Amino acid sequence: MIEWVNALVQGILLGGLYALFAAGLSLIFGVMRLVNIAHGDLIVLAAYIGLSTTMILGVHPFVALLIVMPVMAAIGYALQRGLLNQALGDDILPPLLVTFGLSVIIQNALLEGYSADPQKLNGGMIETASISLGGLAVGILPLLTFAIAVAVIAALQWVFYSTGLGRGFRAVSDNQEIAQLMGLNKAHVFGLAMALALAVTAIAGILLGVRTSFDPAIGGGRLIFGFEAVIIGGLGNLWGTLAGGVILGVAQTLGAKIDPGWQLLAGHVAFLVVLAVRPNGLFPRVEH
Amino acid sequence: MPDPLLALNALDARYGDFQALYGVDMSIERGEVVSIIGANGAGKTTLMRSISGLTRNDPAQVVFDGRPIGDLRADLIAGLGIALVPEGRQLFPSLSVEENLVLGGKTRRPGPWSLEKVCDLFPILGERRSQASTALSGGQQQMVAIGRALMANPELILFDEISLGLAPVVIGTIYDVLPGIIGEGMTALLVEQDISRALAVSSRVYCLQEGRVSLEGRTDQVSREDITEAYFGAAAA
Repeated sequence: MIEWVNALVQGILLGGLYALFAAGLSLIFGVMRLVNIAHGDLIVLAAYIGLSTTMILGVHPFVALLIVMPVMAAIGYALQRGLLNQALGDDILPPLLVTFGLSVIIQNALLEGYSADPQKLNGGMIETASISLGGLAVGILPLLTFAIAVAVIAALQWVFYSTGLGRGFRAVSDNQEIAQLMGLNKAHVFGLAMALALAVTAIAGILLGVRTSFDPAIGGGRLIFGFEAVIIGGLGNLWGTLAGGVILGVAQTLGAKIDPGWQLLAGHVAFLVVLAVRPNGLFPRVEH
Repeated sequence: MPDPLLALNALDARYGDFQALYGVDMSIERGEVVSIIGANGAGKTTLMRSISGLTRNDPAQVVFDGRPIGDLRADLIAGLGIALVPEGRQLFPSLSVEENLVLGGKTRRPGPWSLEKVCDLFPILGERRSQASTALSGGQQQMVAIGRALMANPELILFDEISLGLAPVVIGTIYDVLPGIIGEGMTALLVEQDISRALAVSSRVYCLQEGRVSLEGRTDQVSREDITEAYFGAAAA
């Protein structure tokens, strides 16, 4: 019995990581209706930038975030202003194709720069430390990951609903033309949204790299987990995205408990069941 | 004679794939209230889009305060002091009443209008400031749309069909406050299907017909017959 409870707890905590994968995806879709196929590869890119930072400066991966977050944010802003804004329009196909191409480019550039060998960020003690909770040994790293996910989503929620920046995001999302009449430069607002999304991606990439080994080809899988968490939770609802991540994580760990081979399958089945029963997700944003 | 605040010089503008305006010339002096009338499809909306920058044209075709702005981005034009009250109100549904108004003041242009002043003008907006803008009645939404444009402290305010879809009593309320707004020294361009309302508040009128100016004159000098002919075309008269 305790093993099942353990699997459940591990799944909930894993859901925090998936929510971090998904948060940037959700934000980008919410503000500019852009489906970013390269999102998973950008997470992996962040992990590699973290790897280089830790090796060059000899700092802990979490300290490296002080470099990786602004670097990813800058990449996001430049990517949006220089490339993605040109692809956005009435037709949803061009941005899909452009981000798909971007995904291929990032993967191959990482392969060229870092080889296909699996890499790992060295988190030191924190990777193995655990605390005892009612007979369960809960890892510090998963616990920390979940806490960070909650904090990140609370922070994004605050930005969206309590700041001028968030007011701009929502206005542009509602009506791009009228938002411009208010003096908002759409291209700049989109750039800021992508910068914010990739800053979150930096956190996700570092936590991924400390948790497991990674190589240039794993981006696609992270993209799927992110998508599934967003869809399960309901588009445009950040807390729903956290719930979606948790449901996906729990399905995976419980599936793995039954049979180790069922881990991924159980997650996808849970996603398909939600999609069949509640096509808009469990907590869709209420449209006024 | 000083430059007009707004001049349109042989403006040719497109609405989507087809040409909606053909060589339109207009000149609006500072402090003037000018109405633009015309049937559906005459090009009134394209005219508004061209002035506010949502439709881009050749630079010199739209000149504001002596500066060619025909190809300027809409957000930069907003910063120069042109605000639009769009047809159908077009509030931001994700934003509260107050947030809609505050966003209107995004350009931070100095001037008499502030959140407090707008709420003095339309007290109901102060009472409902924290509600979703979609929870308001049509007339109240129109007040938000007007207040949002005023928050920018514009030199030129464009009203696009502000009476459309509103009950007559509400239209009366809205038109009652217009003179007060314009009294602040603002220049106004009023697109309106309700011709008698438009003529009552404006000093000059342009009539558009199939993308061309078919009549221009002082409202106290044009006759009903002139307008009917300009509005529907000579064939119908």
